[in-house]
Amino acid sequence: MFPAPFGYVRAESLDEALAVLAREGPGAKILAGGQSLLPMMKLRIAEPALLVDIHRLPALTGWQETAEGLTLGAVVRHSQLERAEALQEFYPLLGRTARWIADPLVRNRGTVAGSLAHADPAGDWGAALLALGASVTLRSLTRTRELPLDAFLVDIFTTALEPDEVLTAIRIPKPAGRPFGTYLKLERKVGDFAVVGVAVNVVLDARHTVVEAGIGLAGVGPRALRAPAAEAALIGHPLESGGIREAAALAAEAADPVSDRRGSRAYKRNVVRVFVERGLKALADESRPEVGVTA
Amino acid sequence: MANWVGQAWDRIEDLRLLTGRGRFVADLTAPGLVSVAFVRSPHAHAAINRVDLEPARRTPGVVAAFSGADLAPHIALGVTEQPPLALQAVHYVGEPVAVVVAEDRYAAEDGVEAVAVDWTPLPVVTDVRVALAEGAPTVVAGRPNLIAERRIGYGDVAAQFARAAVVVQERLVIHRATAQPLETRGVMAIPDPDGSGVTVWTTTQSPHELRRSLARSLRLSEDKVRVRTPDVGGSFGVKNRLYPEEVVVAWLAMRLVRPVRWIEDRLEHFAATQHEREQVHEVELAADAEGRLLALRDRFVVDNGAYVRGGVTVMQRTAMTIPGPYRLPALEAVGRLVRTHKTPIGPYRGAGRPQGCFVMERMMDRLAEAVGQDRAEVRRRNLIPPDAFPYATGIESPERVVYDSGDFPAVLEEALALAGWDQAAARIEAARQEGRWIGIGLAMNVEDTGGGGYEGARVRVDGNGEVTVYSGAVAQGQGHETAFAQVAAEVLDLPPERIRVALGDTDDIPLGIGTFGSRATTLAGNAVRESAIAVRRQIVEWAARLLEADPEDVVWEGGAAYVRGVPERRISLEAIAARANPLTPIPMGPEGPLPLGLEATTYFQSAPTYSSGCHACWVEVDPRTGQVRVLDYVVVHDCGRMLNPKLVEGQIYGGVLFGLSTVLLEELRYGEDGQLLTTTFLDYPLPTTTEMPPLRIAHRETPSPRNPLGIKGAGESGTIPALAALTAAVEDALKPFGVHLTELPLTPERLLQALAQSQSRP
Ligand SMILES: Cc1cc2nc3c(=O)[nH]c(=O)nc-3n(C[C@H](O)[C@H](O)[C@H](O)COP(=O)(O)OP(=O)(O)OC[C@H]3O[C@@H](n4cnc5c(N)ncnc54)[C@H](O)[C@@H]3O)c2cc1C
Repeated sequence: MFPAPFGYVRAESLDEALAVLAREGPGAKILAGGQSLLPMMKLRIAEPALLVDIHRLPALTGWQETAEGLTLGAVVRHSQLERAEALQEFYPLLGRTARWIADPLVRNRGTVAGSLAHADPAGDWGAALLALGASVTLRSLTRTRELPLDAFLVDIFTTALEPDEVLTAIRIPKPAGRPFGTYLKLERKVGDFAVVGVAVNVVLDARHTVVEAGIGLAGVGPRALRAPAAEAALIGHPLESGGIREAAALAAEAADPVSDRRGSRAYKRNVVRVFVERGLKALADESRPEVGVTA
Repeated sequence: MANWVGQAWDRIEDLRLLTGRGRFVADLTAPGLVSVAFVRSPHAHAAINRVDLEPARRTPGVVAAFSGADLAPHIALGVTEQPPLALQAVHYVGEPVAVVVAEDRYAAEDGVEAVAVDWTPLPVVTDVRVALAEGAPTVVAGRPNLIAERRIGYGDVAAQFARAAVVVQERLVIHRATAQPLETRGVMAIPDPDGSGVTVWTTTQSPHELRRSLARSLRLSEDKVRVRTPDVGGSFGVKNRLYPEEVVVAWLAMRLVRPVRWIEDRLEHFAATQHEREQVHEVELAADAEGRLLALRDRFVVDNGAYVRGGVTVMQRTAMTIPGPYRLPALEAVGRLVRTHKTPIGPYRGAGRPQGCFVMERMMDRLAEAVGQDRAEVRRRNLIPPDAFPYATGIESPERVVYDSGDFPAVLEEALALAGWDQAAARIEAARQEGRWIGIGLAMNVEDTGGGGYEGARVRVDGNGEVTVYSGAVAQGQGHETAFAQVAAEVLDLPPERIRVALGDTDDIPLGIGTFGSRATTLAGNAVRESAIAVRRQIVEWAARLLEADPEDVVWEGGAAYVRGVPERRISLEAIAARANPLTPIPMGPEGPLPLGLEATTYFQSAPTYSSGCHACWVEVDPRTGQVRVLDYVVVHDCGRMLNPKLVEGQIYGGVLFGLSTVLLEELRYGEDGQLLTTTFLDYPLPTTTEMPPLRIAHRETPSPRNPLGIKGAGESGTIPALAALTAAVEDALKPFGVHLTELPLTPERLLQALAQSQSRP
């Protein structure tokens, strides 16, 4: 479990990182938190010739909240979102997802963007950020493009990233009402990768009608999945048990899991149904005190 | 005498271990040290046609590379069934085939990647039923697939079954698992400069056995091999006895005349370090109409993997554990140890006993159901009463099983009271009203501890009055330094900080068996006591000489001696020690010489002592996902007199978590092609503190009459009943659905399948 020989540069600026990528070609790899890349290198599954370390680049740290939404820099760590109380009002799902990831050590180093770029189908951020309708900014030396996350995630460990590109930012649109979101994860033990992960996010208007809905699934497909039919079924209605059950059934249909050591296809699909139902019920309960006030 | 024994001292070793000052094999170094990586078999069964090491030898940083054929002429084969490096064929994935030595581990692994082996894959057997079938492929050429068959039992089983009112039957399946200590294995060998011998630093649990086996393998006399163990980060049985890598590394050091080190990585550990647990039992239990036991019949098969290590022990301990705390008039357990193309098995924490306990306790639950009685009541009716000791179970072979002492009814009743057994039905009903599915389980056990032979201790007071205890019962984190110091401090009436415990050097004491089988404290602890008593006598004799008094009149107290009635005139241990360990000529008085030195080595030998216990636990099952949460766990434990309750509780905490992990998390899985599918913690989850259930422990102390300290072993009893207790609790939670649990582990999916097959559904 010792990596093959590799080179290392710490980029002093984003442009330098982009220039190195452009020059070195596919042998060069971005190093962010190292929490996925280094284990792969130790197993010699990944043998990059050169690591380009961006994890301290000031241009990629922190986040901005504007009227349009939230922009996360590429090296925002899981633990930062776990603790970001200021984001709880408009983006409650972020903190509720972050705390499910691994353990404090991994959360202190691992980055949200690194998780998306790594595209582990069992990763938690893909599901959560799909539910939030996020998009990503990709930059190379010569161009900048913005892709919906749904288009960025391609397949197991595969994204739309070109070898010369860096994922520089993640954008989450501002909710058009009061947001409620939560993450449910079936794990065999605390800190485990998801057997099944379910992100549910709903935005309610003043009359408690669902105006936006996002359901993201982890561990049940070759990449993080959205459940568009389930989302559509929720929109335009209050969160009630009938609609919740219907959405849960539709989400289970959107799941496309494989049987493996963590469970069979049927088992995982069933858990999606159970968790979407439980998650939406929990959100309904959470929003209910206000329902009481206005009703 | 000071009363140190029985006190809940903090662990002496913790300051070192918890502040990062422990020294493990991977912390050791030596000038000119080279690193080793092994080429391991990717096949479960294949012929080796050719091993091409040239590309490895050309890899930058590589110093040397050797195959099994290169090694074979230089060492004695046959010390173990498995050759240190495979010769004509490999028999499990992970078997060492060749070794690459390099300036560092990076280069060694580069070299390993460069090695080309020409294989011919051969038929693979991963299932014991296939291995036993007519015309099955031979797993290891020249050796039978059925390694051993053992019949353990007593009484007239057929006659008892003939008069039974109730017979319950079950097929019970326990999966393969392993211990996974925090520290993997590691070896560093340093050759003597003149090439005549070698010092081997290793993580072993049995240094003296290793010295002998290495001496035989390397064709050296025992005194040319010195085995040392530094701090070791857990072992649980899997670091016991000689491994192939230890032979290879020791040989390399002598051959290259350089220090050589190998640190096992976790991938290697999964495949190269012994496994255990995997067994299938076909059980029948006979009882009368009141639920009194008549006989138990068990046919079971143990999957040994490819080579014989400790499989026979595992099989025997399983059978011998079956009767447990119950009067069982007749037993017939027939075990078969069968070879497959998997990693060899050997004992780890429990060593076959958890399976034996699982068999008995599952059957007790079945019996309760069959006779319509409460599970606790059925057990109560069958317990061996406290006045029946010594109690001969009837098992005569492989050793006579005679329980020394215990109070099983008291253990059971206390556990029931603590767990709230009598209120269980109401609590379960109340939970169901809230839509929650909870259940309670119960399991009892009796465990032979500290059996098998002897362990030794040497106590020495040097010329400056420093007291050191040496033993071959090395430590891997259990707290031996504390336990042995407590015994020595009590006997020598010294403050504990005056005692140093030095373990892990075969040069310090001639003989030792090692640490396993809950034996170290029972045997070595009593040896420390005997040696310390002898040293105390020597101290008093020297003190008498110096005080010009009769030894009978000398009082030894708090580290000083005086003549009875004259406490003002004291002489210290330092003064006595200086005189007893002279380095300059001292004129001899008219009394003549006294034996020199303050030192004694004794070996304490004993038949096993029998610890007992009862586990009771509450679980909650989510019937829609199959997830299990342990709500509450109670252990009532009797390991005789406790040297140190804190050490005992540490063992129980860890032991329960081990058992919980086997039931709920861990499983080593093989594909049909013999590939090990679980080779990282991603696929083989281990519990952490977050999975630790709330645990309540109650101690009962029934001293053992078999040793002066009255102690029994405590290292495995946290684990042994846990498999049965947790399974019973989960089954109880799902009782309304008629679920019967007979197969481990209890993965969420297996529980949902059991629910799907049951008559009623949630
Ligand atoms: C023990 C353990 C448990 C874990 N458990 C979980 C879990 O429960 N849930 C979960 O979701 N994750 C889990 N992870 C993964 C963790 O979240 C990682 O932090 C994350 O997957 C990768 O982020 P990173 O910053 O460490 O990326 P790195 O490891 O540095 O990089 C990962 C990959 O992404 C590329 N990359 C990184 N950043 C960029 C960028 N800005 N632009 C382009 N490419 C980039 C790298 O080149 C590399 O290919 C776990 C990891 C460990 C070690």
